[in-house]
Amino acid sequence: MIDTAYLKQQAKFLRIETLKIHKAAPEVRVASSLSPIEIFTALFYGKLLRYNPKNPRDENRDRLIISKGHGSICMYPLLADLGFFDKDELKRVCKSGSFLGGIPDPIIPGYETVNGSLGHGLGVACGIALALKTKKSDKKAVVLTGDGELNEGANWEAIMCAAQHKLDNLTLIVDYNKVSMLDFSKNIIDLNSLSEKFKAFNWDVYEIEDGHDIEQVYNTLKTAFSDQQQKPKVVIAHTVKGKGIPFLETHPLSHILSVKEGDIDGLVEEIKHAD
Amino acid sequence: MQIKAMRDVFLAALHQKMHEDDSLFFVSADFGAPILDKIRADFPDRFINVGIAEQNLINVSVGLALEGFTVYAYAIAPFITMRCYEQIRVNIAILSQLRPMNINLIGVGAGVSYSLSGPTHHCLEDLSIMRTLPNLEVFSPSDYLLTESYVERTIANKTPKYLRFDAMPMLPASESVENFDEGFRVLQTGSKAVIIATGYMSQKAKKVAADFDVMVIDLYFLNAYDLEKLQVCLEGIETVITLEEGFKGVGGLDSEINSKLKNKQVTNLGFEQKYTFEVGSREFVHEENGLGEQDLITLLKSVK
Repeated sequence: MIDTAYLKQQAKFLRIETLKIHKAAPEVRVASSLSPIEIFTALFYGKLLRYNPKNPRDENRDRLIISKGHGSICMYPLLADLGFFDKDELKRVCKSGSFLGGIPDPIIPGYETVNGSLGHGLGVACGIALALKTKKSDKKAVVLTGDGELNEGANWEAIMCAAQHKLDNLTLIVDYNKVSMLDFSKNIIDLNSLSEKFKAFNWDVYEIEDGHDIEQVYNTLKTAFSDQQQKPKVVIAHTVKGKGIPFLETHPLSHILSVKEGDIDGLVEEIKHAD
Repeated sequence: MQIKAMRDVFLAALHQKMHEDDSLFFVSADFGAPILDKIRADFPDRFINVGIAEQNLINVSVGLALEGFTVYAYAIAPFITMRCYEQIRVNIAILSQLRPMNINLIGVGAGVSYSLSGPTHHCLEDLSIMRTLPNLEVFSPSDYLLTESYVERTIANKTPKYLRFDAMPMLPASESVENFDEGFRVLQTGSKAVIIATGYMSQKAKKVAADFDVMVIDLYFLNAYDLEKLQVCLEGIETVITLEEGFKGVGGLDSEINSKLKNKQVTNLGFEQKYTFEVGSREFVHEENGLGEQDLITLLKSVK
């Protein structure tokens, strides 16, 4: 059963810890790391993924490919909290010699692939899903991508391939936060209707209206993972870039904006006491 | 000796291996060969055609390789290198440094072996751009016997590799393969100079140098050969000519030799930095670029 209160608390914890990392390492992309927090919370704290912190490449794990690597700094406190690596490492993000950089790479326990360049995760995940099927494994491949990232053509090669080969052990989660680097994504490449696009490509489509409502996120992901209709699955999560930071939530340039160091403690307090 | 195409010999040997080893997986970007029809008929679970989509060819192959399969990705040479160079760089060169993967990129159509198809199908950049990537072995064979010998290495050597195959059936450059792992072989002995060539140009060098006192070396592991052995071979020879079916002076075979044999007199031969639109035989395209047989013979006559 879903423990909503617990998951909400964990999401709050990740949001706060992500801001603290941003305070110490302003280089990290904070806005795009705040939009997928409930998704990661449901996957890990909700145990929708099988994972093993003691052996991150355990054969019995589900494979999570975080294609929008830069926008997953919230994974650092999550992985440390679950025991993938020592919590002290969080103090060294972006410091010389640290393995926790501005863009996560698979030297970090818990990361599978190189994510600094966009549009690679889904194709690699197709190969992983195909391999898992060939090995008759019941483990699944899950990819997290942003919406701006879907501008990359390689994704669409993979989208066609996954449907053709009926990869129903593959789920793509789109962190649809609707802001790219220079503007709202609809002003750059308008993806609407994204769900219709995936339907036309013969995928099973799930939509989460509020990607920050942990119950919706958890329940939709759970349903999608259990669905095996001989089709790959996409979960389109409507999220807010910079969620929790009012000035970022509405700003077309939120991707490249930092939160002022002096404002962070106040924001942390607000988040702590928010509903 | 028979005339054969590299890919046919390689794929026939691989077909046999696939019977013995169920970790071998073949991925094609809608590119074929008669033996490939057997592979896909006999191993439908370990063959996939990703369509005309080289970026996805690489990414799918990487996913399979991460899961422990020995993967063969197959397409036309300029497309499997340049259409998806970013995928190769990120998901193979970079990622394999952290996560071991056995992935073999087979490109058919080395140099101007598809001479009639024009500049899109001419592959004159691949040696330099593939050689510049860390963690990737570059194999540039001159005949089908070498490609056959390489099959074993594709399985045993669990790293990324690029296999640059000629498209045209040819006779072998030599009757047998010895000391394969040294990465080069002497096709002809000689004392006044040495031609160090790769791929089809090794065959051509052997042909044009037949009447000269010139050594011919076929270098087929471009970045994994035994340099010490090569240096021993070249003792007493001061004049070195490099010869490749690739743009010259931009990082291919010539760059490898220039950087390693610094105390020799090295002349680099290869394609001028321009594309050739006039169609014709392979020799015609070579002549258009100053690499015709007569051009090479004239050069050899000038070697004192």
